[in-house]
Amino acid sequence: MSEPLSYLGVPLARPKVGFFELSSCEGCQLQLLNNEATLLDFLNLVEIVNFREGMSERADTYDIAFVEGSVTRKDEIARLTEIRKNAKILVALGSCACFGGVNQLKNRFRDLDWVKKEVYGDFPVETMEVHPLADFVQVDLSIFGCPIKKEEVERIVTDLVVGKTVRHPEYPVCMECKANENICLFDLGEPCLGPVTRAGCDAWCTSNRRGCWGCRGPAEAANLKQLEEIMRTYGFDREIILDRLECFGGFASFTEASPQKDKKAPARRKKS
Amino acid sequence: MKISCEVNVHHLTRVEGHGNITISIKNGVVKKAQWEVVETPRFFEAMLVGKHWENAPYICGRICGICSIGHTLASIRAVENAFGITPSPQTASLRLLLKHMETLQSHILHLYFLAAPDFLGAGSVLPLAKSHPEVVQRALRLKLLANDACDIIGGRRLHPTRTVVGGFTMLPEKGQLEKIRQRLMASVPDLLASAELFKTFTIPDFSRETEFVSLKGDTSYPFIGGGLVSTDGVVKKENQYRAMTNEYCTKGFTSKLSKLSRRSFAVGALARLNNNFTLLHPTAREISKFLGLVPVNHNPYMCNVAQLVECVHVVLDSVRLIDTMLGSPWQEPRQPVQAKKGEGVGAVEVPRGILYHYYKFDKEGKVTKADCVIPTSQNHANILHDIEALASQYARTGKQDREIELLAEMLVRAYDPCISCSVH
Repeated sequence: MSEPLSYLGVPLARPKVGFFELSSCEGCQLQLLNNEATLLDFLNLVEIVNFREGMSERADTYDIAFVEGSVTRKDEIARLTEIRKNAKILVALGSCACFGGVNQLKNRFRDLDWVKKEVYGDFPVETMEVHPLADFVQVDLSIFGCPIKKEEVERIVTDLVVGKTVRHPEYPVCMECKANENICLFDLGEPCLGPVTRAGCDAWCTSNRRGCWGCRGPAEAANLKQLEEIMRTYGFDREIILDRLECFGGFASFTEASPQKDKKAPARRKKS
Repeated sequence: MKISCEVNVHHLTRVEGHGNITISIKNGVVKKAQWEVVETPRFFEAMLVGKHWENAPYICGRICGICSIGHTLASIRAVENAFGITPSPQTASLRLLLKHMETLQSHILHLYFLAAPDFLGAGSVLPLAKSHPEVVQRALRLKLLANDACDIIGGRRLHPTRTVVGGFTMLPEKGQLEKIRQRLMASVPDLLASAELFKTFTIPDFSRETEFVSLKGDTSYPFIGGGLVSTDGVVKKENQYRAMTNEYCTKGFTSKLSKLSRRSFAVGALARLNNNFTLLHPTAREISKFLGLVPVNHNPYMCNVAQLVECVHVVLDSVRLIDTMLGSPWQEPRQPVQAKKGEGVGAVEVPRGILYHYYKFDKEGKVTKADCVIPTSQNHANILHDIEALASQYARTGKQDREIELLAEMLVRAYDPCISCSVH
């Protein structure tokens, strides 16, 4: 597992990699273990020095930190800051880390005390408004998706190791869905955010006849107004669109802004 | 020999989520033995309030990254029970097959990647790839089979895409099922080799009598819906789950805890097996006996063995299910759904034990109340009392700090806890 690697004859360093999780289902990390067919090759590419879910050994310095989950408690800000300090490259892994993910649905309720009471009654529990990583630290790279697509992560990690620029598709899921020769879900009576959601998942849900819920956030120049019109033509309630737009937090800048204003699409929140 | 020892495990490794173990023994007397759950809560039950029913399985499946299929199925069952929908026999069979493949995937992940390193003296599965390549390859083969089957049936191994209220968005091709059947048959030698491997492991000699709670099967080993039972003789209906779980909050846990007839009870593979041993596939039962597991077994470390026995059961039962499906033409994948005011419970045996989802809907089909009771949250109190008993047992026998620490870690791992799930 430790033979020297090279790419086009140039020797490559095996970067030290750490995996970390804040508030999440830890599914994105597990997606990496779900790489049975290529797992051992993947492990050859990097040196995993921190992966609490999979190994007992731990280290405090690493080249790349993959952070899954969103920030929902104060102590997570400190952990995240520490990880940022130790890492050369910090990667937001999955939609919770990139946008807040399903966790940020909690933010629909202004009254955090009601939220706590609804679940825990009078028992005191600490929580705060849900934030993506970029609200607290600089994020060098975002890997979108709930869950992340393992093939995409492998490609991105390979790009990082060989020093290539990592690029995300700018076009929407709709393009990939068409390329997969699927029947349009609108014609099957199924609402779908495919026309506005960033591609890269190879139309994972829509190829399984499940409408897109927008887990990867907006494509460049996503046209929400047009989507609303299409959905209206097909007779879908506005509520269905809003349910999906708010599900993972990727479209927060759209749903918060007035739908009349034609704002340029910011892919994610500003770095602080 | 009287001993003193300090064990402080902060964020235990090789488990899902964040938990701490603290043991303090002074001159042979246990001063402190604690299992703490420090995971951040995500408030799924609050998130759902006001949401249209269609959101429930989609969002709640995301409670867990390992058993998302189980959560999705429990959620779907709760919605269907609330709306008075009975799944078609085809849907029921496909769901069970999907459930079986998740059980196999999750158990293999736990047995080989999380538990086995302790028994083979390694910190993780990574060095085992070098020292025991055939073991790691076998684990990967079994896991790949299970995950491929989940992809084919559920659309995706994690956070499934095809599973919806009323059935499936689309069905697998029969040719794909035939291939899965062949691979299932071919996996039997791998499972037997797994049994041989686990036979060589020294299971720690520790027992503490407790109550075991699970679904009760009538004619088959239970996974989806049905009556609830405990080894102390409690019998309840599915919709009486609250009387079976009695959730409460306590200091040191961001997860809720449960109790029934005693101060704690256990759920999971060992509980299922203890309550339903005679319903296991005969081959699985033979392997259980071969590995020294006969009900009622009170050694929590035997949960590992129970999971392995269940792997054999689900593989052989999946072959049966596929044979039935291949023997008749596909029917409609999905039935129409009519929302109505009401409430429903879905109880499903997920890899770590019995899981309950409950929803209440208004007349528009919007969630007014949600409740999810997670297997690991039901196990936390039992883990805590096991650690106390373990500490006092070994305080008397004079083990080293590191030995006690490892035994405590292995104990928690044996429950295969899904901590972020338990807090949700």
